[in-house]
Formats: sequence, structure tokens, C-alpha cells
Amino acid sequence: MSLKKISKDQPKKFEFNERNIELAKKMINNYPEGKQQSAVMSLLYLAQRQNNNWIPLAAMKYIAKFLNMPYIKVYEVATFYSMYNLSPVGKFFYQVCTTTPCMLRGAYKLVDVCKKKISNKENEISSDGNSSWMEVECLGACINAPMIQINDEYYEDLDEKKLENIIEQTMKGKKPKPGSYRGRVNSEPENNRTTLVGIKNA
Amino acid sequence: MTMLKLKVNDKDIEIEEGLTVLQACEQAGVEIPRFCYHEKLSIAGNCRMCLVEMEKSPKPIASCAMPAAEGMNIKTNTPLVEKARKGVMEFLLANHPLDCPVCDQGGECDLQDQSMYYGIDKSRFKENKRFVPEKYMGPLIKTQMTRCIHCTRCVRFATEVAGIPELGAIGRGEDMQITTYLEKAMESELSGNVIDLCPVGALTSKPYVFEARPWELKKTETIDVMDAVGSNIRVDTYGWEVKRVLPRINEEINEEWISDKTRYACDGLKSQRLDHPLKKINNEFKKISWKEAYETIAEQIKITSSDKIAGFIGDLTNMETMFVTKEFFEKTIKSKNLEARDDNTYINTEERTNYLFNSQINGIEEADFILLIGVNPRLEATMLNARIRKNYVVNKTEIYSIGDVGDQTYPYKKLSAETKIIKEIYENKSEISKKILDSKKPLVIIGNSALNLKSGKFIFENIKKFLVDNKKITDEWNPLNILPVNASSVGSYDLNLVNNEENLTLKKLKENDFEIVFLIGQDNLKFKKKAEFIVYIGSHGDNGAEIADVILPGATYTEQDGFFTNLEGKLQKAYRASFPPGEAKEDYKILNELSELLKRKKLFQNKDELIDNLLNYLDLNQKKIQSKNFSSVDYIDEKIIINPIDYYYSNVIARASKTMSECRSIKTDLKKTGTEG
Repeated sequence: MSLKKISKDQPKKFEFNERNIELAKKMINNYPEGKQQSAVMSLLYLAQRQNNNWIPLAAMKYIAKFLNMPYIKVYEVATFYSMYNLSPVGKFFYQVCTTTPCMLRGAYKLVDVCKKKISNKENEISSDGNSSWMEVECLGACINAPMIQINDEYYEDLDEKKLENIIEQTMKGKKPKPGSYRGRVNSEPENNRTTLVGIKNA
Repeated sequence: MTMLKLKVNDKDIEIEEGLTVLQACEQAGVEIPRFCYHEKLSIAGNCRMCLVEMEKSPKPIASCAMPAAEGMNIKTNTPLVEKARKGVMEFLLANHPLDCPVCDQGGECDLQDQSMYYGIDKSRFKENKRFVPEKYMGPLIKTQMTRCIHCTRCVRFATEVAGIPELGAIGRGEDMQITTYLEKAMESELSGNVIDLCPVGALTSKPYVFEARPWELKKTETIDVMDAVGSNIRVDTYGWEVKRVLPRINEEINEEWISDKTRYACDGLKSQRLDHPLKKINNEFKKISWKEAYETIAEQIKITSSDKIAGFIGDLTNMETMFVTKEFFEKTIKSKNLEARDDNTYINTEERTNYLFNSQINGIEEADFILLIGVNPRLEATMLNARIRKNYVVNKTEIYSIGDVGDQTYPYKKLSAETKIIKEIYENKSEISKKILDSKKPLVIIGNSALNLKSGKFIFENIKKFLVDNKKITDEWNPLNILPVNASSVGSYDLNLVNNEENLTLKKLKENDFEIVFLIGQDNLKFKKKAEFIVYIGSHGDNGAEIADVILPGATYTEQDGFFTNLEGKLQKAYRASFPPGEAKEDYKILNELSELLKRKKLFQNKDELIDNLLNYLDLNQKKIQSKNFSSVDYIDEKIIINPIDYYYSNVIARASKTMSECRSIKTDLKKTGTEG
């Protein structure tokens, strides 16, 4: 991973909408008096949510003023965490896990599919403007490797064909069905459970 | 205070509680290598160079971050420690470029020095080294961020000491980069200090880039004259040229920082210099010899009555020159019109405490209430302001200011800028008077902007009377402080070069009442020249030289030995590091020689005689008896206007400096576009 690139096209203005202002105030109230700056991460996330899944510089300035802290401190936080996007991403944002378990199960084949189907380069929006992809570190679904995350949902037990299928669906603007693509429930064994059979919610 | 007993390398030592292991080792006389640790900054503990072995700990510990505790047994000379440090050094050098031959830090680089002890001669790192693009940090700091070892000293300095949280570390791990927000110039008057703090060559001085190597320079320890604080500095010269100015540690004055003006105005010593006596003939300056110059002036003096001759002393003049000028005016030409102020600042010279910063700069740290009256300490005395901030950071002291003085790097409460408020404080009607009375060590700073007003006398005398009446001025603590702006101010008050309260000499000058005017390094007078014969004695071709009829070239503070009294009343000596250019002479010699021509006798046979007489005079002057009388002053309803300060252009040296001009244009550009907000 290298230092995140900051988009050259920046909107001039950013402001929270009414709902987010309320949420932001709620977040700030979680922290003791004088420590409101601790809410910076939640507020950055709210801003990312509001602004099509990426954070413009105007939003960082806005948050810095909102929390009465120096710009550079907000900027430091935003560049530190990999889940904050600092340049625009597609409407369908593919995050391909390439950490060891996924890699062993063929994650780089999925990367090749993304390169072929979405865009040749990581973090580049596809020609139809609909999707973009990037490699990420472990997303914590190793049992169902290889997997990708599209926006807020996990898509698991994939191979090249299945991913191609998913990408084709998103190209049409449809949201594919999340979860395992080998018919598993969560991370259970493929042919139903073999242990803890008696306990319902185990 | 409880004392702790511990062992360092089997040597028993006793230390105060609250120190770190590193400090304990230092007290035991053991040197610990370090990059990120700095005693004036908070502890980061991220370079890992200071690893030491502690008994009962399976791993080596970072001594800078570990508090010392009773019974610790620290070892710094074991194979484990050596191996650990070697390992750390290898990691640091893995990504550090091998560009020492073209690096300005070479020869005074912590990494270079320590790798001589702990480094290994070959690298096991075969991969490509990291490259980090250069960052723009303004006209003073040159960056070469590939060399950065991420100690974050600069970030901590900017946030903690300078109070300008503009530097930060973006990204993480190997990709971490130090930068200002969107690569803007640092908006601080202390930014140059990050260059000294940087243990490698990542941040170096832009004006000094590739100028010289540290071992080629002659180092002279002297003092600074850019403001009245009198920061202790070291001037590095190569031949006659002043290459750079560095701070010298003086815990009582500037700690180990200096302001950007002190550090970077030195290139003004090379340009705009007067190096030959000049005479104005038909509106054009012609070179003449010293003898001709003296004779021209002597002729003029002979045909002029003494009360039509006036003298004005400038802001950078040393005390020897002031004393010679005083003697010259009193004995040689018998004129009383000698003045050191360039405005109507009210100064009561009856007692020495009336014009000093009585609480002392160190005392600022103890104050529990601070009131600023018509003063902008950030621009008038940057180092002193850093102390106020230090006090604020530690104690969260309440700070009030009469008048809005802009960003001072600490929050303060603004009071309405009217003289009415002084009256209310004096009459004990204001909440401020209660706060002053309630605090043990209040601090009142009266600045030039306030003393310059018509009600300057009213403000000073009433505040003083209020403090005296309420027994706030004691032997231990004097809360009454005046903040003079010029290096020569306090010296000139000590030498009684203040004529009268209203500065009648200046008034007469503005009315074109004089026939001969001597400007001794004085470039800040605003008056319209008519028929006066003006003699300018000074170092730079500036406002004063422009209107002069005869110019006698003098020397600057780095080119002559000279005494300066700082705002606390400390007498300090500036030493000669270089010599005046061309035919220019040391300032004190000029009037001495002119006097020889007029009276056939020098005022002083040599410099020793001059210094003896000067010190004698100061000795007598300091024994002045305190008068208990207060002159009652009429109240004038007036607004306290804070004079705008052109920080980067405040004196001739700064005005001649290219670097200062660049800083100034960046500052004014920022104001125009409003991008600073």
C-alpha cells in the first residue's frame, strides 16, 4: 500500500446535511467535555457516507472547524486509515481481499478479473463510471476465501466466473445477492453442520 | 521531593522523582544515543535508539519513555544493548539515502555521528530505497524528505512550542510523510527552529543551502539585536561573510530557540551596505575621503549655534556608540537635543524599574494572571511570547488583552480597547482589578502602542499607582512590565537619552527647527526635510541615508564589539564576528574622531577608556533613589490602537534582507487571498 492519492477535482464546499449534523452531535456527546476531538473518526465516516463514499478536502476542513481542531490533525487521521477514500470511487466499490488465506485460494485471479472487467488500474473508475476496485488487507472472512466487499456487503466463496457474473449484474445497475456463492449459510460447512447440532443458535 | 536510588552500570545514583531512565543515565554521566527525544519537547519514544537493558526485563527498554523507579538496575554497555542499537541503526539506514556528500547537514548530523558508533559498514538491505517527494514549507525551510527518519521532533515543536499546529505526519508505516497542511508555508515566527531540531538533513535552511560546511566556519558567540529580548546567538562566518545565525542556549532568555528574524535577517548584512563616506553634491552622492567628510561637517557645526543641532539615535545602536554620542553632544558641541526615541513613547526614567521587564523572562512561567495592555508580544518580542505560551500550556493561565492583537498562539480574552478600562482598573471598579488583586503573581505588560498614545502617561502612572497602592510590587515579585521593542531602547534609557516626556526634540524636528541633524543609525523618523544639513552615521543605505547630506559608513552588530541592555535590564556584550566593509568604521570611532577635529582632542583615547567610563556611568545611574511621588495625570478618553507591526521589515538589516522580503510577501499574499482561513 502506498500513500493515498488525493483527488485533483475537489468540490469547493461541503456541509453535513441535517440528519448528519444530528448524528455528529450525538457522536460528540459520547465523549467527555473538552474531548470532542475524539469524534473525528466517526465524523469522517459520516462525511464519506454523505459524499458518495469519498472524503473531499472541503469535508476535512469542515470537520476540523466543527471539532475546533487543526486541519492537519484531521488530515493525518484521514490519510492514516485505509478505509477512508480520498478520491472518488465507483457507485459499486469493489474491495478485493488479497491477504494470505484469500491469496492462497486464488484472490489474484479475482484481481485479474477486476482488471479485465472494471478498469486496468486500481482505484480507477470504470469507463461507464459505475464501478472501481482496489486491493485491501484482510476483511476477516478467511473461512469463505476468496472474497470481495462491494459497498457494505460481503461476497464470498468466489471464483473467476462467479465474479464475472457479479460484475455483469452491477454493470446493469443491479445489486447482486450478498453472501456465499457456494450455497453456504454464513461460514457453516457445505453440507450442513456436523457439530453442535443440538444447539439452535450456535 | 522524594529521591530515588537506582543503579546505572553498577554505579549508585540518587535522582529526583519524575525523571526518565534516560535523564537518570545522563545524571550518572552515561550518554545515551537518541533521535526523537528532546528535553524541551514531549516524549514520543518512536526512534528506539535509546534502548538500554534493565534488570528483570526480558527485552531492552526505550529509556526516554520509561520513568525511573526505585531500585532499577540499568545497564548501557552490555552486548545486548549494543546489538539492539546496531539493529535500530540498520533499520534507520535501510531507507536513508547515502547522500551525505551533498547534504547540508553533513558534519553536524546526529545520524552521521551516531552511525559512526553504532552503524555497520555494509548494508544487508538489497531492495530499493523509499523515495519521498520534497515538500514546500515556505521560503525558510528546505526539505529533502527522503532523508526523514520520522522522529516527529518538528511536528512536536510546531504544536507545542510554536503553537502553530501546521505540521503533521500523514500516511502510516513506511509511507509516513511529514508535511504542512497541503504544503503551505509555516505561519510561525519560530519556524526556523525545526532546522536545528531535525537530527538528519530532512529539514535544512533554504537561504544557507550549499553555502558552507560547518567545519569551515568561524563561530562567534554573541547576542542578537533584532528585538529587545537579546537572544543569545552564535554567528558563523566564512571569511568576512556572515553565513548563518544559530541559537545559543540561555535558559534565562531564549532557552534554545530564536525567532526567524534573528536567524535569517543575516543576509541583510551583505546588501545595501554603505562602504565609503559620501557627500551629496547637486542631489548626487559623491565618494569623499573620511578627512573631507569630517571637515565638511566641522565647517557646518562651526557656523551653527549649538541649540540648532540635534541628534537621533537608532534602534540597533550599541551602548558605546550611544555614550560617545552623548559625550559628543554634551561636551563637544554643547547641545541638549539628543534623543533615542523615534515616537512619543512615554518613559519615566526616574527609576530603573519604570522601563524594564521587571518580572524577568523566566518569571513569566510563574505568573498566574497575565494582562496585556496595547502590546503584541508575538511580533514585538517573539521569544518572550513563547514563554507566555509555555505558561499557558502548563498552567492554563488566564490571559487578558486590552485591544485585539490577533493570533498570539494562545487563547486570550479581549477587552474593549479604551482608556476607560484603565480608569476602571485603577478605581477598582473592573473585574480585572479584582483578578489582579486575587492572584499571587500577576503580570501586567504595557507595550509601545499604549505608551505611544496621548494617554500613555495616564496608563503607565495609574497602573503603577494601582499596583503600588495594593502592595502588589514586592521585593520578590514586580508585576509591572514594559515591553520595549528595540535592542537599544533600555540602554538609551539607562544613559538618559530621553529628553523630555513629549519628545520635544522630535516635535522641533518635524517643525524643521534644526539646522544640523545627526542620525546615528536612525532610519525610522518620519519628517519632511527642508533646509537641514543631515549627517547619517550607519551601516545600511535606507531611509536615513537617502535624505542625508553626508554619509559616514558604520558597522553592524556582527562587526563590532558592543554592549546591549536587554528588556530585563541585563547588560550583554555582542562580539565582533566579521569586519565592516570597505572604508566603514566601527560606530564609536566616528564621532570620537570628529570630536578630535573640532576640539583637537579625542573624547576617549581608546576603547578601554570608553568602556570604563560607560560602566561607571551605568553604575551611578542604577543607584537612583526610588521616588514615592506620583504625578497625577489627567484622564483622556481615547481608543487604545494597536500599531500594526511590519514584522519582517522592522529594521535596516531586515529591510535589506532578501529572505525577509520573501517572508513578508508570502505573509501579505496570504492576507490578500484569505486562504489562511
